[in-house]
Amino acid sequence: MHTRICACVCAALFVAAFGGWSQGFAKETAGSEIEDLKKQMTLMEEQLKQLRKKVEELEAKPSATKGPEPDQGKSEDTTEQRLRELERQVQQQRAASRGILAPFNPKISLNGLFTAAAFSDKNNLNLGDHDPRVNGFNVQNVELHLQGTVDPYFQMDANLVTFIEKGETKVELEEAYGTSLALPANLQLVAGQYFTRFGRHNRQHPHQWDFADQPVILGRLFGPDGLRGPGAQLSWLAPTPFYLELIASAQQAQGGIATSFLSQAGQTVRGYTLLDRPVQKPGDLLYMPRVVTSLDVTDEVTAALGGSTLFGPNASGPNNTTIIYGTDLYVKWKPVNHSQGFPFVAWQTEYLHRDYQAGPDTINAIPASRLKDYGLYSQLTYGFVYRWVAGFRVDYADSAGGAAAVPFLTTLAQRDLVGERWRLSPNITFYPSEFSKFRLQYNLDVAASRGREAIHGVFLQAEFNIGEHGAHSF
Amino acid sequence: MRDKPLTATLAAIALSLLWAFPSQAKLNVVASTPDLGSIAREVGGDRIEVTSLAKGTEDPHFVDAKPSFIRVLNQADVLIEGGADLEVGWLPPLVLNARNPQIQLGRPGRIIAGEVIKLLEVPTGPIDRSLGDVHPFGNPHFTLDPVNGRLIARLLKANLKQFEDTIDARLAVWQKQMAPLRGTKVVSYHKSYSYLAERFGLRVVNTIEPKPGIPPSASHVRDLVAQMKAEGVALILMEPNRERKTPAFLAQETGAKVVVVPSMVGGSKEAGDYPSLFDSIVKAILEAIGLRRP
Repeated sequence: MHTRICACVCAALFVAAFGGWSQGFAKETAGSEIEDLKKQMTLMEEQLKQLRKKVEELEAKPSATKGPEPDQGKSEDTTEQRLRELERQVQQQRAASRGILAPFNPKISLNGLFTAAAFSDKNNLNLGDHDPRVNGFNVQNVELHLQGTVDPYFQMDANLVTFIEKGETKVELEEAYGTSLALPANLQLVAGQYFTRFGRHNRQHPHQWDFADQPVILGRLFGPDGLRGPGAQLSWLAPTPFYLELIASAQQAQGGIATSFLSQAGQTVRGYTLLDRPVQKPGDLLYMPRVVTSLDVTDEVTAALGGSTLFGPNASGPNNTTIIYGTDLYVKWKPVNHSQGFPFVAWQTEYLHRDYQAGPDTINAIPASRLKDYGLYSQLTYGFVYRWVAGFRVDYADSAGGAAAVPFLTTLAQRDLVGERWRLSPNITFYPSEFSKFRLQYNLDVAASRGREAIHGVFLQAEFNIGEHGAHSF
Repeated sequence: MRDKPLTATLAAIALSLLWAFPSQAKLNVVASTPDLGSIAREVGGDRIEVTSLAKGTEDPHFVDAKPSFIRVLNQADVLIEGGADLEVGWLPPLVLNARNPQIQLGRPGRIIAGEVIKLLEVPTGPIDRSLGDVHPFGNPHFTLDPVNGRLIARLLKANLKQFEDTIDARLAVWQKQMAPLRGTKVVSYHKSYSYLAERFGLRVVNTIEPKPGIPPSASHVRDLVAQMKAEGVALILMEPNRERKTPAFLAQETGAKVVVVPSMVGGSKEAGDYPSLFDSIVKAILEAIGLRRP
């Protein structure tokens, strides 16, 4: 015990000392550059004063004719012009001095999403790692986002996430990928670890969600953390008069982030135990084709419609496969005379269907079966007045097949992933600014696995965002 | 970083070259805002095809990044944006997904108008977001000074002389009409009219927003009433898409006149192009102050 404490203290001292030294060094370097800048600025300001004096003297003298405005560009080489140029330089030096160490640094932002939650049943039904899951306070997601241009050919994005689960802090590399800037033929490549662009919700980060928790059907099919993984994606913008994009992606099908596919050995899917099934051939990867189109119905109404398919191996058998189909629709109304983005109405709906070839399970002697899981969510958000958005979401999910495996659903969490469930979620969100929000949400959750007895949930969510957070896609 | 812009120079060279061959297909110019689009149209004439992304009635900070814009940008030979963070909330993902190397940063097809403008209200001290949605590079609403429009037009060459002559001639008229208002104190809703005020000698003493992007609080409105009375503020300038209740209250309390004027081309029926944007603004101000009959 003492040894551990000593080690911790030593480590802390080391970090403090090293951190202090490196900060001191950085400050010293920055300090000398800032000093140089200050000197330059002082020099320029002195020159400005002299030039101003000269201009005043010249203006005091009677002039035969005077143009309407000195900077209307007729006489190019005037003192006034030089004066303005100097003024501009001083201003630029001032602006530059604020970010002297930053020209090639990535844009950095940190987003924190916290929720106070109360459930009528402590064994609530929320499935997501980034959902409010316990009574009391929840750290849903603290996300560090980095973005920068790599070179003339690529941009890179990374999202590092920490959250607290059952009292333990977890860190995960959520995404880190490069995006091409200059491929020919309307192509774009994404490579690295990324959220699969299946539908609309899966690729959104928790702070972008319009509700405090993820839709039920996504939790059932894509697991607690969304579907993502290392891979490569190629997309093509079709040369049509309207927006039409075709996307093809190949990703690793393993890990807790690919629950409908190879996932992790020893885990179960609806009672079937997963084997250790490594990638041995191209067919062991997870593939996704997606097509998405959008139309501006009017100047004020835009609709986006997408269809996606996922197919890949699953580890409930040596040659088993899973196919997931999905369709998504997003329609937004925003008047052309909106102020700061308000008012607006947005309607988002996704339907997903999974066809899972399961078993036979040799461990529990469960015969092979085709498991069907399907469901949808449909949500409406209404920005009724500046800063205020009201929302309403309906979730529905159900499943079929796999009756022989039901006795092997030994935990409540496993049983909650099967059978009919529906949920109603009204909420209201207040945005003090673009960089913070407070959301109050109520969930009425009814599941067959709980004898159709309603479970109630109330969440008060707060979000804070600092740094240069990039714009979001439509 | 914002010194004599290499990109603007490259753009000017590229555009001059392209315009040197009139028999070729029209140059496809995409402008982030209708002001920039109108300037490009005036200068490029029938040799260019111009598409503006934002509508003149919209709040240019909060335009939706519609997928149709990706298609438009994919076809662009040139993209003209304001810069200075005006479009930071919506343009970058559109350009990324447009898959058009010609309009990437630093390429001749990317023109950032703000680079040739002396921006007002560049913060000089330390800044952070407690100051509201502050623009670290300066106020990006610079097209509301016709002389700035003229400077932007220089990036585009072609019919520059004609455009400059138009602006010069109209500017002389606008300045003459606005001359009696020199020194008049005004309050604006957002910091949209700083350049207009600078050009025509109006003095913006405060804004209805206490900080950029932050709606007025009761205490700010109370202080503003006192300030407007004490300083004799005559006008309240606001864009058509802002809420009217607070300006109306201020007008009622202080006797100042509310003038709703477009902040961009297309912001009203009269403001169909860049010169007529200023015609409509000057007309509205003169009518409000009683120097011209409606």
